[in-house]
Amino acid sequence: MTTTQVPLVDYLALGDKPHLVANECTSCGARFFDRRNACASCFATEFKKVDIATEGEVRSFTIVTFAAPGVPVPFVAAIVDCGGTSVRANVINCDPTPEKVTLGMKVRLATYSLGNDDNGAEAIGFGFEPIA
Amino acid sequence: MASDDIYILGIYMTKFGKYPDKDTVDLAAEAVMAALADGGVTMKDMGIMAAGCLMGQGGIGQQIQKQVGQTGIPVYNVSNACATGATALRTAIMAIKAGECDMGLAVGVEKLAGVGLLGASPASKGSGKEWKATGRYGSVANTDGLIGTNNMPGTFAQVGMEYGHKYGGATFELFAKISEKNHAHSTLNPLAAYNKRMTLDEIMNDIMIAYPNTRPMCSANCDGAAAAVVVSGKKLKTLSLEQQRRAIKVSASILTSDPYQEACQVLPDVNTLTRIAAKQAYEQAGVSPSDLNLVELHDCFATAELVHYDNLMLCEEGGAVDFFNSGATWRDGKTPVNVSGGLESKGHPIAATGIANIWEVCHHLRGEAGPRQIEGAKVGLAHVIGLGSACGVHILEKSAL
Ligand SMILES: [Zn+2]
Repeated sequence: MTTTQVPLVDYLALGDKPHLVANECTSCGARFFDRRNACASCFATEFKKVDIATEGEVRSFTIVTFAAPGVPVPFVAAIVDCGGTSVRANVINCDPTPEKVTLGMKVRLATYSLGNDDNGAEAIGFGFEPIA
Repeated sequence: MASDDIYILGIYMTKFGKYPDKDTVDLAAEAVMAALADGGVTMKDMGIMAAGCLMGQGGIGQQIQKQVGQTGIPVYNVSNACATGATALRTAIMAIKAGECDMGLAVGVEKLAGVGLLGASPASKGSGKEWKATGRYGSVANTDGLIGTNNMPGTFAQVGMEYGHKYGGATFELFAKISEKNHAHSTLNPLAAYNKRMTLDEIMNDIMIAYPNTRPMCSANCDGAAAAVVVSGKKLKTLSLEQQRRAIKVSASILTSDPYQEACQVLPDVNTLTRIAAKQAYEQAGVSPSDLNLVELHDCFATAELVHYDNLMLCEEGGAVDFFNSGATWRDGKTPVNVSGGLESKGHPIAATGIANIWEVCHHLRGEAGPRQIEGAKVGLAHVIGLGSACGVHILEKSAL
């Protein structure tokens, strides 16, 4: 039996080399991760899919110790600069402490299982892990 | 005074805190009636009313009117996150500027005591589940906590940390020291929800909410209301000398939203719109940051206060850490910031905040601030930011009379 995999979000491309995919405005180059109506920067309406670099550096982070019910804590929320495109993600596979997570640290995309649904489909999430 | 100038004629804030026996209409009614009395006018004089209550059911303006006076004037119920109060005030000001009336009322009210984390969304339930993509990102589960954080302490923590990454020096201890200042200031403010001085140790060792923000470094959820009566210069000239003497000139009234910047849809950009609002406000008022005798800025978290020193151009670009360390923002410093105690101790009943900060500045400009008076204050600035985003900046000046 083969398990179907579904990405946590549309903009996570699975397969041999998981990576993020953005909608890039063909007139100004602004990149967005959501479904678009038009470009927030230049108002144009044409977009192309672009792959986002899978390595980057942590530009900002916080270690969340209080969250909504059902959200496991602590976790590290971060903004990762992936070759000039900012990505929002958790820092994973790393102790959630200010000693281990640092501004400017080099990270790379990593995926993990979020479990199966009742139909046996497996959801795959992503985060960024330290590059040792 | 020029005829087309705008003045605050009357203004009031309730004590911020817990009001288990009062509803939002009670609190707003108290603020409205007291602001009218402060200005020596009544509901009959008002030509417009703008009202906000972010967590309310809608129609708050009309609900308040039904308690304090129904005169048939237009009501604008406004909603603009934490900038809701400033938006209400700006709406009343615009009506006067447009010549539709010569006096207007703005009110903001909120009941937040006991409300938990703002912005956080509960995790999706797992029973009978099917991974099904929904929403603009096609997500199969609630992404809060899986792809960063939606909660406010964590969002603003990243805002402060980003500044630290860019310019350096923004340590946990530095952010805690900012909070120490505001809690120290609050001891002189009887209207603050909390007015207990806290040591740096107490602040740093309190419960961590979202590193580097511990609990006392977060704005305090509480109940409260604030209201203001605004008047045209032309109308003010016809009022008593006492009213003219206590009137505070609104030298600038600016509202901005966040212009597109790379990353702004990834982490809210609270910087660019604040910087633009500040620049427009200084130009409109014809004052420079060094002219300011006091500033009430939106310290929803200690990490936010730091970046707004820079955004409001109180210091050189990139120089906020040194600026704070120089002692400039303490009440005896060069540019006192948040002498009310700020949102971290005064409290943050969301829609009231954007008028309450103006009340604080007016109080000093009128020379009525008692033990916490900033001596000789002539010019002040009030700033709020609502995530999403909206930024209000008002510059206020003492009457020349
Ligand atoms: Zn574009």
